[in-house]
Amino acid sequence: MDFGNILSLALGEIATPTTAAYALAALGLAVHFGYSGLLNFGQAGFMAVGAYGFAISTLTFKVPFVVGLLISLLCAVIFALLLGVPTLRLRADYLAIVTIAAAEIIRYIVTTNTLFRITGSADGLSSFQREFDSFNPFPAGTYIFGWSNRDLYVRVVSWIVVILCVVIVWLLMRSPWGRVLKGIREDENAVRSLGKNVYAYKMQALVIGGILGALAGLLFTLPRGSVQPANYATELTFFLWTVLLLGGMSTVLGPVVGAMIFWVVLSLTQNLLAGLIESGAVTFISIVQAGQLRFILVGIALMLLMVFRPQGVFGNKKELAFA
Amino acid sequence: MSTPNNVGNDNIDHMTDTRAIAVGENLPGCKKRDPIVVADNVTRSFGGITAVDVEHLEIPRHKITALIGPNGAGKTTLFNLLTGFDTPNSGAWTFEGNNIAGVSSYKVARMGMVRTFQLTKVMGKLTVMENMRLGASKQPGERLSKALFKNIWGAREREITQQAEVLLKKFKLDAKKDDYAASLSGGQRKLLEMARSLMVQPKLVMLDEPMAGVNPALTQSLLDHIKNLKAEGMTVLFVEHDMNMVRHIADWVVVMAEGRIVAEGPPGEVMKDPAVIDAYLGAHHDVDLGDAEGIRELEAELEADEESIVGTDAAGMIAPEAVEAHLEEEEGK
Repeated sequence: MDFGNILSLALGEIATPTTAAYALAALGLAVHFGYSGLLNFGQAGFMAVGAYGFAISTLTFKVPFVVGLLISLLCAVIFALLLGVPTLRLRADYLAIVTIAAAEIIRYIVTTNTLFRITGSADGLSSFQREFDSFNPFPAGTYIFGWSNRDLYVRVVSWIVVILCVVIVWLLMRSPWGRVLKGIREDENAVRSLGKNVYAYKMQALVIGGILGALAGLLFTLPRGSVQPANYATELTFFLWTVLLLGGMSTVLGPVVGAMIFWVVLSLTQNLLAGLIESGAVTFISIVQAGQLRFILVGIALMLLMVFRPQGVFGNKKELAFA
Repeated sequence: MSTPNNVGNDNIDHMTDTRAIAVGENLPGCKKRDPIVVADNVTRSFGGITAVDVEHLEIPRHKITALIGPNGAGKTTLFNLLTGFDTPNSGAWTFEGNNIAGVSSYKVARMGMVRTFQLTKVMGKLTVMENMRLGASKQPGERLSKALFKNIWGAREREITQQAEVLLKKFKLDAKKDDYAASLSGGQRKLLEMARSLMVQPKLVMLDEPMAGVNPALTQSLLDHIKNLKAEGMTVLFVEHDMNMVRHIADWVVVMAEGRIVAEGPPGEVMKDPAVIDAYLGAHHDVDLGDAEGIRELEAELEADEESIVGTDAAGMIAPEAVEAHLEEEEGK
């Protein structure tokens, strides 16, 4: 068992575009739940809308990259409005029910065989990233950590997007606008009694978090060059919630660090278990079973976190003490 | 504060203004000289129960009006209806002459009619100062389009911070301004909620049981605060069960029972009304049980009362002799 290799594999996860995508999607959840108290259990749906919105407009309608990007974000806005209009006047739990169902509806629609020509059904879509790749400014070759020029390019782009979004969310949340959202999270009737249009604020928060989700969907698919419905199942949403809780709910850096921890731990457990099995130290499970076991371990890690550090890594203990 | 309906009012000191509040007799639903809120035929029923059935109600401007009545009389429901937090089955009402029936609650608040809640609502995980700032109106930074740019909203933010500091000092919360509101005691939360509602700079403040859960020492300063609101030109409407408070600060009392308005008038007059005494106050409401003198008075009254067991052999531990011994012991301490 090569500990050095296992460790470097795990640390390599910190910078992957997938980690960036998780961080961004969880940042969207932080806007929804951490700051506004909106229970969104359909963030995977927003990611799928973003990814498919881009892939379909690029492949079927042959639009340029920037237009595809805008269409993708517009789709997320429309999706957020569709979910928000009927539910945001109701209690928080209604949004939770509607979002979890809507995310599944999206996934089933793109899996339908009837739409094979447009969505590619269960196979999904691929080769929509060519124009994105053509913007790569790095000449071919091997770079730091043995990355190819494309590896470096997608990582740089992903993390620039994440950093930009983190800064924007931070600026928003320190403003009076963010204060109203936090007030709504605490007690929306009190905020209403002070003359604020609570419904409009909740809608704005839902849309902004949704746009972050759609961007995350793009970061998730563009480096892969393919989008498959199976990637956007409900478990993705729950992984994002795990990331959010790991990092701390009402912070902007929480989701980023949470995503890094999540992927490092996942990789560590996976490779450690595989190593143990290969070296014969563990004989009672196979490598395939180990793949499932790591999620159990992540679950246990999350439980321990909730018991011993319920506010997450970056959360403020004071904000939680009276919850 | 200007009063368009009553020219020349500006020179009047609202604290010493003794002109009659009502036009004509003090009957339930009577017309006021200068009303700020006028409500007509407001009804609200929950299932088969009619919670509110108000034929006509006028709230006098620049006065402190108390809304009293037994539990379940519909006081809070009326509050909710007037402020747009609940929708009535029928009815219309105006605020400063503008029809506001069916107007959403946040717009009502923006017009200057701000309420507090019976169960205090503070934002626990925001600091006291942030709670106060949240109350301020006309903040450019609350628009999403301007929120990113501090240079646009920074000036207003400093303004409202100053405004908040003055209010917090008045309400003796200035030492707590950086603490989370959740760490405040129940009474302090009441104060914070009231101070926060004043950040809106309202014309009419509606307080739902401002004294509930507030300790006696704090009660006195709260009373002063409410009186000061009048001095600053605001109108106050409050729901309260503490009759001492009503007597001390209210200029006008409206009594509700079973959803209807059963009596109206100045506090002294209303509290002598037999209907009000029967429905709500009880026969010995004017005795202050907080001090020994009051208890002796009550004992004497009860002894004279034929329906009371006090003064008979069945009195036991509430017999005057037993109570007297206990009181002396208390005073000796």
